[in-house]
Amino acid sequence: MTALAYTRFELRRTLRNVRLLVFSLGFPLILFFAIAGPGRHETDFGGTGISLPLYYMVGLVGFGAMMALISTGARIASERTDGWTRQLRITPLSSRAYLRAKVLTGYAMALLTIASLYASGVVLGVRLPADRWVEMTMLILVGLLPFAALGVFVGHLLTADTIGPATGGLVSLLALVSGTWFPLGDGFMHDVAQWLPSYWLVQASHVALGGDAWSATGWIVVAAWTAALALLARWAYRRDTERV
Amino acid sequence: MPATGALDLAAPVGVELRGVAKAFRTSRGVVHAVRGIDVSVAAGEAVALLGPNGAGKSTSIDMLLGLTRPDSGSVSVLGRPPREAVDAGLVGAMLQAGALIRDVTVRELIALIAALYPDPLAVDDVLDLVGIREIADRRTQKLSGGQAQRVRFALALASDPELLVLDEPTVGMDVESRRGFWEAMRAFAARGKTVVFATHYLEEADAYADRAVLMAHGRIVADGPTTEIRARVGRRTIRATVDVDDLELLAVLPGVAAVDRRGDVVVLTCSDSDAAIRALLDEYPDAHDIEIASPGLEDAFLELTADAAGAVAVEPIGAVR
Repeated sequence: MTALAYTRFELRRTLRNVRLLVFSLGFPLILFFAIAGPGRHETDFGGTGISLPLYYMVGLVGFGAMMALISTGARIASERTDGWTRQLRITPLSSRAYLRAKVLTGYAMALLTIASLYASGVVLGVRLPADRWVEMTMLILVGLLPFAALGVFVGHLLTADTIGPATGGLVSLLALVSGTWFPLGDGFMHDVAQWLPSYWLVQASHVALGGDAWSATGWIVVAAWTAALALLARWAYRRDTERV
Repeated sequence: MPATGALDLAAPVGVELRGVAKAFRTSRGVVHAVRGIDVSVAAGEAVALLGPNGAGKSTSIDMLLGLTRPDSGSVSVLGRPPREAVDAGLVGAMLQAGALIRDVTVRELIALIAALYPDPLAVDDVLDLVGIREIADRRTQKLSGGQAQRVRFALALASDPELLVLDEPTVGMDVESRRGFWEAMRAFAARGKTVVFATHYLEEADAYADRAVLMAHGRIVADGPTTEIRARVGRRTIRATVDVDDLELLAVLPGVAAVDRRGDVVVLTCSDSDAAIRALLDEYPDAHDIEIASPGLEDAFLELTADAAGAVAVEPIGAVR
């Protein structure tokens, strides 16, 4: 009950922060139109068999949603610094309920990013059967799990000052090596990238080809990263709450 | 205000700290923040926790609230472990220097905190109690420092707690807000609530607490009604203009412990100022401009904490492994 009240509160607060919304939703949209606008008639992008707008739509969904969930960490870190976390710890709201509310809010922001990019994709001619849209969305939501855990982990590990550059740099790097900006082909990059969870976020676009977008490797990689980061998140969270 | 003095054993328990100690490991070694303290606060009592920075006040308060676990000793709040008391909504606290989160109105913030508790006060009642109705619809990032403190006080009251814990609540408030704050605190405490507050301001302890607990270097150096603490070191002084050449004549008066002269004025430090003033006026009926002063709590405070500092200095601060 308290978790629900806090999630509602958290969502309202987030949606009211206009600057945050403009930047976190607007930035991927601008990139999408800048890249996919001129190439919207390309139907087989870089030998992937996927149209360029679809490729970048999913690529930027991955980028934006990853950012939304890792940003959870920035909020946790700044609330720790400000002493708000301490204030909450002298209420019946459990630390778990607090984390749940944070992750749910991160997912809500990710859903907004997904919805706005899907709409933009449709504007640039992306067409998929309904069941493919649903499957793609499910894969993306699952693929975001490691980043939800990563957000909680860094939120308890880093300070409010350092978390911005750290997560910004990390997300940019992950996006680059995971094929957000261009298809990786079959070379060395691809061999490395397939062990990263962010690669499989981008791969969700392959639902358009029919068949399975994720190979068994994909599921294993995402599950392993989720488990590992969840353990790290739990460790950092425990270390932190015992001290606060 | 409840009666001060001897603790009635039948009185319901408010707060009970028994042999509580806490040390922290820091980069410069082990800091013994609290070195074994016993404090009990009866339900309905208002107790001030006094002491200089680093005395262990905040650590004691953290343990009282269940934010920190003591290394040894036990803490009980209204007969329960601190965490249980907090979860039951029995404890409201105003911590030191906590910021308010942004992008919500004062009313929404209070409503949120109230919603986390089983049996909270109505938001409007809280606003009235603290006197912040006029800023209820303002966003938290637009508040002045004093207003933010008042809002934090409102958050502490939202659950309608039985125990109110305030860690240096008036830091950063101007004189006006400070007065308003204590008025609100009194109004709330008058409902039979237990109050524990830490403060640097001795006059606040004097005015708003039934009892003061003085801490220095992690220990309790005095615990009693504020008047009693003052009396412990407090020797009243009599100042008067008296025409007398030999100070020895004054020193032998009953109740006088020491005599000093400052120009025409003599200063008698008294062990019993009542006896001394009677004797002085009997012997020297022309004594005039008489002032009898008791030492401020400030003096008592300095004397008691200085003693403790001396005691600690000779004790080796060994590293605990």
